[in-house]
Amino acid sequence: MTRDYTKVIGRIDSIASKVYDDLTVSEIPYLQLPSRTKSNIQFDQKLNVWKYGKNMTERSAKSLDGAYMMLRTMYMVDFIKDMIKANKSSTLREMYYISEGWDLAKFNSQPESDSLAEDLEVITSCMREDFKLRPEEDGARVIGNLTVEEVTRNKTKKKIHCQDDVGDSGYSIPYNVEPEKLSFKGVDADFVLAVETGGMFDRLVENGFDTSNRSILVHLKGQPARSTRRFIKRLHEENKLPVLVFTDCDPWSYRIFGSVAYGAIKTAHISEYLATPGAQFLGVTPSDIENYKLPTDKLTKEDIHALKSELTDPRFQESFWKQEIKLQLNLGKKSEQQALAKYGLDYVTDTYLPEKLAEMGMIKK
Amino acid sequence: MTEVIAHKLAKKQKEISVAEFFERNKHILGFGNPTRALLTSVKEGVDNILDACEESSILPEVYVEIRNHEEGECKVIIEDNGPGIVKNQIPHIFGRLLYGSRFHAVRQSRGQQGIGISAVVLYGQLTTGKHAKVISKIQEDRPATVTELAIDTNKNRAEVVNRDIIHWDKPSGTRLEISIVADYTRGKRFVYDYLQSVSIVNPHAQITFKEPDGTEHLFERTSEMLPSKCIEIKPHPHGVELGTLIKMSKNTKSRKLSSFLKSEFSSMGDRTTNAVCEKSQLSKDLNPKDMSREQFLALHKAFKKVKIMAPNTDCLSPIGETLIKRSLKHETQEISPEFIVTASRPASVYSGNPFQTEVGIVYGGSLSKDKPVKLMRFANRVPLLYQQGDCVSTSAISSIDWRRYGLEQSSGRGIPSGPAIFLTHVSSTLIPFTSESKEAIADIPEIENEIKLAFRECARKVQSHINKKVRRVKTREKFELITKILPEIAKKSSNMLDKPVPSLDKVITKIMDVVWIEDLIEYEKTSPEPVQSTLFDDSTEKREGGWITKSTIMVVNYKNKPQKFKLYALIPEDAVVGTVTPKPMKITNNFIKWNLDTISPADKIDIFFELAGLDKGDFDENDLYIESINASYVIGADKWEGE
Ligand SMILES: Nc1ncnc2c1ncn2[C@@H]1O[C@H](COP(=O)(O)OP(=O)(O)OP(=O)(O)O)[C@@H](O)[C@H]1O
Ligand SMILES: [Mg+2]
Repeated sequence: MTRDYTKVIGRIDSIASKVYDDLTVSEIPYLQLPSRTKSNIQFDQKLNVWKYGKNMTERSAKSLDGAYMMLRTMYMVDFIKDMIKANKSSTLREMYYISEGWDLAKFNSQPESDSLAEDLEVITSCMREDFKLRPEEDGARVIGNLTVEEVTRNKTKKKIHCQDDVGDSGYSIPYNVEPEKLSFKGVDADFVLAVETGGMFDRLVENGFDTSNRSILVHLKGQPARSTRRFIKRLHEENKLPVLVFTDCDPWSYRIFGSVAYGAIKTAHISEYLATPGAQFLGVTPSDIENYKLPTDKLTKEDIHALKSELTDPRFQESFWKQEIKLQLNLGKKSEQQALAKYGLDYVTDTYLPEKLAEMGMIKK
Repeated sequence: MTEVIAHKLAKKQKEISVAEFFERNKHILGFGNPTRALLTSVKEGVDNILDACEESSILPEVYVEIRNHEEGECKVIIEDNGPGIVKNQIPHIFGRLLYGSRFHAVRQSRGQQGIGISAVVLYGQLTTGKHAKVISKIQEDRPATVTELAIDTNKNRAEVVNRDIIHWDKPSGTRLEISIVADYTRGKRFVYDYLQSVSIVNPHAQITFKEPDGTEHLFERTSEMLPSKCIEIKPHPHGVELGTLIKMSKNTKSRKLSSFLKSEFSSMGDRTTNAVCEKSQLSKDLNPKDMSREQFLALHKAFKKVKIMAPNTDCLSPIGETLIKRSLKHETQEISPEFIVTASRPASVYSGNPFQTEVGIVYGGSLSKDKPVKLMRFANRVPLLYQQGDCVSTSAISSIDWRRYGLEQSSGRGIPSGPAIFLTHVSSTLIPFTSESKEAIADIPEIENEIKLAFRECARKVQSHINKKVRRVKTREKFELITKILPEIAKKSSNMLDKPVPSLDKVITKIMDVVWIEDLIEYEKTSPEPVQSTLFDDSTEKREGGWITKSTIMVVNYKNKPQKFKLYALIPEDAVVGTVTPKPMKITNNFIKWNLDTISPADKIDIFFELAGLDKGDFDENDLYIESINASYVIGADKWEGE
C-alpha cells in the first residue's frame, strides 16, 4: 500500500550528483531545464497535449543569483528526501516557512519557493505529489452517481457515494488523487459536466441535473487546481466518460477550458497527467449570446487584449475557436453563465443545457 | 571774437577728488550695497594680512570681529600677528588710494593695486563720518603705535587725527578698527563663507571670527608649513605694455639698450637681446633715455616677433594637491563626501605672465543630487565670491561634457548638476581680473585651456573611481559566492551523497577569473623625537610627532593561468618613501613600480610600503596601475598609460 519512492529518491539524488560531479571535475556546477515560457510550448502528437519544447535554460552557479538558486535547490531536494524518508508531507506554504531556517538558502517570497518546486518537477520528471508537497488550495466539489474509495488518515479504505454520502456541497476532491489514495468504484453516468462558477454548480445541484441528466457535476472553482484536473482526467480515461466544460463567456473562461483540455503553460511538463484532450467546450459561447439573446457586458480593454492573444495562442487554433473569438470581438460583448436566469431559474436545466447537449450529440432531442 | 572753446572747456577741467571717484566707482570696488560692503571690508583686510605674513614668513593668526551696536552700522575689527607697519607708512597705506607695495612688483600676491584697504577707510568715512583707528607694532620690545586717521578727499592724503603709543602684548602685528554702514544680518553669511573658503586655500592660516553676539568660529590651521615664498621676478617682454616700457626706460640705470633689455626683463639673454635689436632695427648701443616713441614702438613690436623663452615659473606658489585635499576634507567633514580628487597643472604662461592651475572635486556624501554643483573659485589664494558667470573657470567647466563622468548636464554644456563641489585655484604674478573688484578672472584662452585640462584629469579620476566602485561591487558578489555559497553547495551535495567534500580551488578560479587587487591603508603615529643636534648646529627646534602612512596591497591571482606583470602605486609628490617590500623596480617622485614575479593560480602576494611626511588621512586611497597584463583581467587597478 505504501508507495515505493526509490525512483523519486534516485532522481533527487541525481541532482545532487550532477552538482557534486561538476565540482569534482572543477566545472562550475549547472543544471539544465526546459524554459517554461509560452514560446516554448509545443503540441505533442503522441500524447495529444501541449508540452514544453526543446528550448533549455541553464541554472549555473557562475553568478551570485545562480549560486543562491543552486544552494536553495540543494536544500529543497534534501528536505524532500527527508520528508520521503520520514513519510511526511507538507504544503508549499509550510515548506516556505521551513525554508526560513535554511540560512543562506532562504527564499525571499513564497512564489520563489513554489516556482523552484515546479522547476524540480521539470528537472526530475517527477510530480509535486512525488515530492510529498501539496498546495493549500482545497479541492473542488463533485456530485453525481459515482462511488470513490479513499485511503483515509488511519490507513483504512472508505467508500463514498457522491450523491448519497454527501451533503449539498458534494464530495471534496483531496489533493492527492493518485490510485494509491483514490480509486473509482462504480460509476453510473453518461458524462462529466465541469462547471466554472459556484453559483451555477449550486443551481444545477438544486435542480437535480445530476439525476435528471445522468451527469457527474464537477465544480472547477475558477482556474482548476491540479487535483481537480487530474480527477477529471481519470474519470474520463478510466470510465470512458465524455467531459464537457461549462463556463462564462469571456477570454479568461476559455483559458480555464484550455488548461482542462490542452494543458497549462506553467504545468506543461505534466500535461499528460493533467490534461483531458477529449474535453469539449459546451458554452457559454459568443454564438449563444446571439442565439439566446443573453444579457451582456461590454468587453474591457484587457478582455480584448486577452482575446487577441488567444488568437495567436497555439492551443486555440481550431476553426471553432477562431470563429467564436472573432465573433466575440465583433460583438464587443461578454456574458456569464448565470445570465441564463433571465428566462427563469429552471431555464438552464430545462432548456439551455438539453439543447446544447443535443447539439453536441450527447443526448437525443 | 568768440571765446576759444578750449578755454571754455578748461573751466570745467579740474582734479577729481577721490571721494567723487569713489562715489562713481563704488560698485566696481565692491561697495555697491551695504551687504557687499561688509564682505569687501573684511576681505581687503584679511587679504592684506595673508600677503604680509607670507612675505615675512609668519604663520598667520587672523582675527575678525564685527560689532553691530547700531542698526545699519558695523564696527569691523581686523587683527593679525603679521610684521606690523612702520609709523610713517600707516597714513599712506590706510589714508591714500593707489598706494601699495605690489603694483610694480611682478610677484604672486593677493594685493595688486594699492586701493584695497584705503578704499575701506574711505567708505567708512563717507558713510559714517567716523575715523579709522590703526594699532601696529613692528618689534617685540617696542611699544605699539595707535593712529587715528581720516582721508582728505580733495588731496587724496591721510589726515592724522591722533597719534599715541600703547603697550600691546603681541610680539608684532596690526589691528584695524573701522566703522562702516553695512547690513550685518544679510552680510554675515558671506563673511562666514569667505573666511571658510580662505581657510581652505590657506591651510597654514588660523582664522577666528567673532560675531556681535559673542559667538566665535575657529577655522583651524591644517598645515604648519608656510607656502613657499613667492619670488619677485622681472617683467617678461611679452607682458609689458608700451607705456610701461617707456616708463621703465626712464627709471633704468642702464645706458645702453642691450643692457637695459638684459637687466630689466626676464628671459633676455645675449642671443634674444641681439635678435630683438635686429628685428626692431635698433642699435644695441642706443641710450634708452634718448629713444623716441617710434623706436619704442618698434621695440615693443619686435618683442612679439622674436622667440623669447617663457618666464621662470618657480616664482609661483601653488597650494599643492595634498594640501588642497586635506583642507577640502577638513572643511567638508559634515558632508562626509565619498571621495575627493585633485589635479594640478604644470605652470604655464599667458602674455608673459606665469600662471598655474589647480583644481579639486569633492564628490558624494550628503551633497544634493539634483542641484548645480557648487563652484569654489580662488585666485592667488583669495576666494572669488561674486560674478561667477563672468569667470573663465565657469566657462571652462561649462564647456566640458560632464555627462560622461556621471553628472547631469542638459545638452552637455553649462554647469553640471550632481553631488559635487568643484574648486579652481589660479595662481599668477598677475591675475587678469575682469574688473577692480577682483571677482572674476577674464577669459584668457591659455588659462581657460589649463583649467579645462585640469578638470578633465580630475574628471577621469572621478570616472575611474566610479568604475572601480561598480567593478568592485560585482567582484565582491563573486567573493560572497566563492567564500560562502559555493562551499555550502559542495557541503550539501556531498552530505546528501555521503561522499567527501571536493576541493574547490579550481572552480573558484574559474568563477572569479580575475586578478584581484585590494589595498588597506593604516596610519601610525611616530613619537616626537628631538632632532639630533651637533656642536655646530644651534637649532633647538624640536620635531613634532608625525604620521607614517602604511599601505598594504594584496594581489590574488584568481585566473587559471599564472600571471606576471608590473604594478605602479602612485604616491604624493611631497611624501617620503620608507620601507618598501618586495623590492621595487623603481621609485620616483610620483610612483613606486614593482615587477611582480609569476603568481600561480589561487596564489597571493602582499606588497607593502610606508610614506612619511603626510598627515593622517592625506593619503587614504591607493591609485594603482598595471602594465604587461590585459587590464580587463584585473580588478582594483587600471591600465598604466605612461607617466
Ligand atoms: N596687515 C598688514 N600688515 C602689513 N602690511 C600691510 C598690511 N595691510 C596692508 N599692508 C601694506 O599696505 C599696502 C597697501 O595695501 P592695499 O590693500 O591698499 O593695497 P594692495 O594690497 O597692495 O593691493 P589691492 O588694492 O589689490 O588690495 C600693501 O601693499 C602692504 O604693503
Ligand atoms: Mg590689499
